[in-house]
Amino acid sequence: MNIRNAAVLITGGSRGLGRALAKALASQGARVVLVARGQEELNEAVADIEREGGEAYGIVADIADKNAIYTIAGEAAALVGPIDILIQNASTLGPVPLQLLLDTDCEDFERALQVNLVGPFRLAKAIAGSMALRETGLVLSITSDASVEAYSRWGAYSVSKAALDHLTRIFAAELDDTGVRFINVDPGDMDTRMHAEAIPDADPSTLGRPEDAAARIVEIIRRSDQIRNGARLTAAQMEVLR
Amino acid sequence: MIAAKEPSARRDAARMLVLDARARNFKDFTVSDLPNLLCPGDLLVVNDAATLPASLTSRTSSGASVEIRLVRYLGGSDWRAVLMGAGDWRTPTELRDPPENVAVGTVLAIGDAFSAEIISVSAESERLVNLSFSRTGAEMWNGIYAYGKPIQYSYLKHDLAAWSVQTAYASRPWAVEMPSAGRPLSWQILLELKRRGVRIARLTHAAGISATGDEDLDAALPFAERFEIPEETVKAIEATHARGGRVIAVGTTVVRAIEGAAREHNAHVTAGAGETDLVIDRKFGLRIVDGILTGVHDPAQSHFRLLRAFADETTLRRAWRHATDEGYLCHEFGDLCLILAEHG
Repeated sequence: MNIRNAAVLITGGSRGLGRALAKALASQGARVVLVARGQEELNEAVADIEREGGEAYGIVADIADKNAIYTIAGEAAALVGPIDILIQNASTLGPVPLQLLLDTDCEDFERALQVNLVGPFRLAKAIAGSMALRETGLVLSITSDASVEAYSRWGAYSVSKAALDHLTRIFAAELDDTGVRFINVDPGDMDTRMHAEAIPDADPSTLGRPEDAAARIVEIIRRSDQIRNGARLTAAQMEVLR
Repeated sequence: MIAAKEPSARRDAARMLVLDARARNFKDFTVSDLPNLLCPGDLLVVNDAATLPASLTSRTSSGASVEIRLVRYLGGSDWRAVLMGAGDWRTPTELRDPPENVAVGTVLAIGDAFSAEIISVSAESERLVNLSFSRTGAEMWNGIYAYGKPIQYSYLKHDLAAWSVQTAYASRPWAVEMPSAGRPLSWQILLELKRRGVRIARLTHAAGISATGDEDLDAALPFAERFEIPEETVKAIEATHARGGRVIAVGTTVVRAIEGAAREHNAHVTAGAGETDLVIDRKFGLRIVDGILTGVHDPAQSHFRLLRAFADETTLRRAWRHATDEGYLCHEFGDLCLILAEHG
């Protein structure tokens, strides 16, 4: 997938991995649209990219809000044209401190599914059709090792990420041969706000930097044409060419 | 004919009357039968414009309510728009009053730090204006999407949501009203067409407003509309005709874009952006398009005149009476008609 001039939409783009990915892609000539809930952080992320000569736009929206989906899809396409790369990065841990499933409120569980699964489904539904029509495009979803390992207390997050992995695989099976690719990437443990909320006593020096994971994911995007449709990768597997 | 009063739950639930202009007959199908009715080597061309939330509610400084219906993007912060006075979508457009005391310089307040100033008023009608939004770039789009709603239709039961007016392949928001002929095309149908060797190509056409509330302006519809045809679509059209296949347009906007482009370039469709004010009727010799998938239009509608380029008046009228008797539904969320032209 060619990154230069690509129209990219990234959810959860104002901090952590999403912000690092947006910055990395913009630095290579992509035109990026960032989606996030907080206006201030979003403005900072956009300004940061613009300062370095990149093209970026912000849309304040909550991916879990059904009414926001066509706003996101429509505004993004108005700003940068048909979306070539959709990065489903926004996610929530669910209730923190993390809780046993038996102690998790049903509403918190539902909220995790809305943000981590239903929102990405809706957004893919709104955007991947135009990719299939143009016979090109990439939907890359950020997953986690919690989608395959049954860690105690990660229930809501874990279940939603496992379902997101499968959503990707089914989209890939249904749209195989259309030119649209669906890939899951586990970025590994990173020194982000989300990680600190999940494991407050983790030693940051043992964690990866979002910028390093972003560089590896950019490499995955670049080589996505050669990756099996529906594949689940870990960013750590990818060598970054320099 | 009865109007479809709400979007169907299933995208591809529409019935489809298939009219063979050469044989002068027609038969009942559903849109799901489309893959059985087209042949390998045929080409379906769709309009991939997404539909804007083109209706914005505003107030003048004196408190008068004005509905802004966006008609056309002019660049920067500027748009052409049609204005409606007090009332809402439950009143048929033709019965909506013109706005009160609107002139150049009038500021229409829409929402939080979002307004539009009238920069010119058309000599044709006080309803037709050019306006400039108070925001530009991404902020302007934020404003339109935050405060706009899809243009509504008085025959509907409920407010239309943004997702009800999009096709399954919509991309750039160029259309102010839905390119409705494509709405019943599900990906189940599109993938089956491809599997059977029917190619699918796209163009983007800024489908325009269907009613302004002003009789004289309505008579001049459709306004000139912009379109863009990709290079691969031009190649697909050429390859289709070279192999004896048919080019089937999904909707009148696709016919206008393709035939409009061909008229400008000596009967050859060329890639790129353009604008068309083409009026297609029985006298129009179709150069490129061999068939059309469209709504079921009654003889009083302007769309019916366009269909005369595809089939003779008698067959079209017979087909329309049949569709009425059989309970076909008309308007934006209604049933479909596939017309295969006499020459196709």
